Amino acid sequence: MIGWALLVISLIALAAFVLGQTRAKGLRVADGPLLHSLPAYHGLYLAAGALSGAILAAMIAALAVGPQSFSVPLAAALAGTMAILALLPRISTRFRARNVFERFITGLLVACSAVAVLATIGIVFSVFFESLRFFSEVPVTSFLFGTVWAPTAEPPSFGILPLLVGTLLITFIAILVAGPLGLLSAIYMAEYASPKLRGWAKPLLEMLAGIPTVVLGFFAALTVAPLIRQAGQSIGLDVASESALAAGLVMGMMIVPLISSLSDDIINAVPQSLRDGSYAMGATHSETIRRVVLPAALPGIASAFMLAISRAIGETMIVVMAAGLAPSLTFNPLAAVTTITVQIATLLVGDQEFDSAKTLSAFALGFVLFLFTLTLNFIALRIVQRYREQYD
Amino acid sequence: MTDSFRTGDPAVVARRYRAERRFRAYGAIALGLTAMFLAFLIVDIVVKGWPSFFEHRAILTATIDRAQVDSASPQSGDFQAIAKDALRKQFPDVTSRSDKKKLNGLLSIGAADNLRDRVVANPSLVGEALTVPILLSDNADLYFKGHGTSRISEQEASWLETLKDRGLIEKGFAWRFFTSGDSREAELSGIKSALVGSLLTIAVTLLLSLPLGVAAALYLEEFAPKNRFTDIIEVNINNLAAVPSIIFGLLGLAVFLNFFGLPRSAPLVGGLVLALLVLPTIIIASRAAFKAVPPSVKEAALGVGASHQQAVFHHMLPLAVPGILTGTILGVARALGETAPLLMIGMVAFIVDVPSGFTDAATALPVQIFLWSDLPEIAFQSRTAAAIIVLVAVLFALNGIAIYLRKRFERRW
Repeated sequence: MIGWALLVISLIALAAFVLGQTRAKGLRVADGPLLHSLPAYHGLYLAAGALSGAILAAMIAALAVGPQSFSVPLAAALAGTMAILALLPRISTRFRARNVFERFITGLLVACSAVAVLATIGIVFSVFFESLRFFSEVPVTSFLFGTVWAPTAEPPSFGILPLLVGTLLITFIAILVAGPLGLLSAIYMAEYASPKLRGWAKPLLEMLAGIPTVVLGFFAALTVAPLIRQAGQSIGLDVASESALAAGLVMGMMIVPLISSLSDDIINAVPQSLRDGSYAMGATHSETIRRVVLPAALPGIASAFMLAISRAIGETMIVVMAAGLAPSLTFNPLAAVTTITVQIATLLVGDQEFDSAKTLSAFALGFVLFLFTLTLNFIALRIVQRYREQYD
Repeated sequence: MTDSFRTGDPAVVARRYRAERRFRAYGAIALGLTAMFLAFLIVDIVVKGWPSFFEHRAILTATIDRAQVDSASPQSGDFQAIAKDALRKQFPDVTSRSDKKKLNGLLSIGAADNLRDRVVANPSLVGEALTVPILLSDNADLYFKGHGTSRISEQEASWLETLKDRGLIEKGFAWRFFTSGDSREAELSGIKSALVGSLLTIAVTLLLSLPLGVAAALYLEEFAPKNRFTDIIEVNINNLAAVPSIIFGLLGLAVFLNFFGLPRSAPLVGGLVLALLVLPTIIIASRAAFKAVPPSVKEAALGVGASHQQAVFHHMLPLAVPGILTGTILGVARALGETAPLLMIGMVAFIVDVPSGFTDAATALPVQIFLWSDLPEIAFQSRTAAAIIVLVAVLFALNGIAIYLRKRFERRW
């Protein structure tokens, strides 16, 4: 019935447009008063009215009697016709159809922009309220300071610390990899590389950035993890088959393009006059970079790192596939650890009853994750705002 | 550090030049390592996945026995038994029960599909002998793909060698991989249902996020007054762009599934969630595209009496279309590779049939990759890598189109 409703609505809108336009054209007589708006605007005005009436009626009908009901297209047809009949008499030579229609469009644009706000509100509410329900069953303190995460055990235990440690461990490894690699590549591309090399390196990094994380997860779990395990065994180390190191390494490589492209922009934004001043004092290229360019670019680079950390904390697929499920309170990169995102994913995949603390705990974890990334992004944004245009 | 700037001392100068070369080398090494990682990743995936685009079949002569197939209703005939008989004819000396079972195991569970299709299409074949390629099981297939006897016994290997010596083994392109849905049997599984699921999901995403994103960008860039409300929207969009994708999954689960009661596992819900996910990308790209249109275009339109909206819709929007398209393609590419939010809304199902609508249970290509990667069989590992090749090829193609559009329509004003 939804297809029928859509058909009815478009037909009514089309009919309204033709009707309005013809009516307005009919008002145009030789030596008579000029129309304020072009006939097409009268048509658009009528169509907009009919469209809103029909869509509104169809939505109400769908909510009241269900989307499969025959009344949905019927209501749309009725409301559309009524809207046309109500609005048609307003069409006259002096009627400012264009202005009315443009106000309608502006309203539509505002509504579209508000969707972004609605999405945020939706996120906050869904995560926040489910978390509240969770905390009515599990005390906040035992969630934040508990050292055991065992949501399926009897009795269940919801201590977030092992997950937090796992998340931070993997993030730390990832930044340890991505920080130097990303920053050094950015410096090389911005300061040393020939335009030709730049033309190759940039798309290469974009390619890496475009690889889905599920692919990187597959690579981490099936290629990198066994390699690390073999390497560890050859020097007598006991490496878990799903190690934090493998997940962290691959995640680091995922973040390299993010850090390098952000840093590249920032380094390029440092004014040439600063470099010229440094060269004039006799500094070499690398001395100029290390002592002049990088300090000038530091706020931007710091914010790039913040964004990278936030991305690493929120990344799901690589850790789900390569880091394992064992919540252990360890800083050993060779052991299997689990992260906040892994637990959210495993708790909510498959069948779930929505009232158990087990399911709700996923939302509490989501809330923590959301707060974490939001804070990091906020700090990153503030750093940039605060120190930008210092040199202009 | 003043000493390093002391001039005149040749040793100091030499040291500084060495430091310069070292620093430069670090940068080159960093870039090189990244390139090597990418190359290693791609080569590894291609090497793992390439064999899955091919399959091995045994060309056997099967007699369509009237006892087993009724020409009136050939659909219900026991074709699997016919296929097994055809294989056993090649090895008349195999008589023991367990050996027969092993021999039958060389054929795929779906071996008879080919035979059945032929006979159903032409029922007059009942009673005749047909020579058809019959699909081997995944383990027999792996033997021919160089995995040796790790998955099969020596005896099974010798049977396969015999067949090969008689010229009865053919290797062909595995069209099945693109024309069938998921299956418990690696050799029968394909990506069609996941591909269609992805397509449906992306269609919803595109249909929602493109108009919404462009409208929001237009408003913020052109019409919005500088006030509290627009500030909030701006901050919001920036924050939304950095929210982890799994949180969007939580949103979809709590709002779309539990609150609005939309169906689980449906491309409709997946598309809705992904639309919110890529909305910031499209808004930011579209705003940049509008910003790149020179103000003189708008001012000229206003100067000859166009209203603000006429100037924007008739003159600026067409000039901004290439930029908007580029941003949209990149957003779609991102949505196409996204997995985590789809896991949350239940698009992790075992889907054999191709979904036929937006509310059918479906899965998406990246989720299919995730599901297969979890399976222990080596044949499925290769299938996973092959699915990755398809996904990444599509993504690279999309990115290529975006780069082409950018290059082709980039205008310097």
